[in-house]
Amino acid sequence: MLFSFRMLATRALSLVGKRAISTSICLRGGHGVAKVDDYALPAYFDRRENPLPDVQFVTELSAVQKSLKEKEKGSWATLSNEEKIALYRISFKQSFAEMNEGTKEWKSVIAGMFFFIGMTGLVVLWQRKFVYGPVPPTFESEWKEKEVQRMLDMRINPVEGFSAKWDYENKEWKK
Amino acid sequence: MFRAAVRLSVSGARSLTRPQLGLTAPLAQRCYAHGGKLESDEEFDARWVTYFNKADIDAWELRKGMNTLIGYDLVPEPKILEAALRACRRLNDLASAIRILEAVKDKSGPHKKIYPYLIQELRPTLDELGISTPEELGMD
Repeated sequence: MLFSFRMLATRALSLVGKRAISTSICLRGGHGVAKVDDYALPAYFDRRENPLPDVQFVTELSAVQKSLKEKEKGSWATLSNEEKIALYRISFKQSFAEMNEGTKEWKSVIAGMFFFIGMTGLVVLWQRKFVYGPVPPTFESEWKEKEVQRMLDMRINPVEGFSAKWDYENKEWKK
Repeated sequence: MFRAAVRLSVSGARSLTRPQLGLTAPLAQRCYAHGGKLESDEEFDARWVTYFNKADIDAWELRKGMNTLIGYDLVPEPKILEAALRACRRLNDLASAIRILEAVKDKSGPHKKIYPYLIQELRPTLDELGISTPEELGMD
């Protein structure tokens, strides 16, 4: 976009292209003016808190735009809506409505979340099948039955807890 | 210290539902650090009106003034905006005039009644200078 010619310390002219600013270095007595880099010049930006930026958005006007600018010096009532919008677009890139509208980024975020949660699920399933060893025998139902019977025989928590819920008369869980 | 039309962060919604009574928030004045006299709303407004009414205002001053004004925690009074729009006219800058209207609408935030009130107050000026609102141009 911007062509700034490398300037030797001893050379004179540096032309900063698009902005049409010429910085000439006069070497008198060994002094020089520093080359102006693009990033050091006032920049255009659309911000809510800075409604009027330092520079126009369009820096080089076409012939049509130049004539429109001339027309702007007269009465604004004579300008059509399209011309007014054109003038606005010369000075500004996005209107407030455009700069404030949200992106659709949240959809990508949610999609990414689901994707990675899904991937994690697949990894977990794979692990269960191929990584983990067998579950201990204490989980088998036969073992569990004997375990429960042993607990009841020991009268575990007979007042309000485990054995309290067992009906020892009828040998069944209390309803 | 700066209070002008609406003190957005302090005044509740109730003070904004009847714009025809004026949008002055109830006595929401900031403390002053230097120990001087507190500036009243009228003085604040007058100061800004005078700023924009400068006959030979230049583009930088307009931009600086507008950006500063938007930086305050308030929506400017119509008379300040009128002076700013006239300054745009003197500078032959219609785009900035429209931008000012957009900025002021954005500044009102969730208080939807402020902007129509401002446009209503500014209507004579807008018609006189030939400024279209962003809504009329379809830019919203």
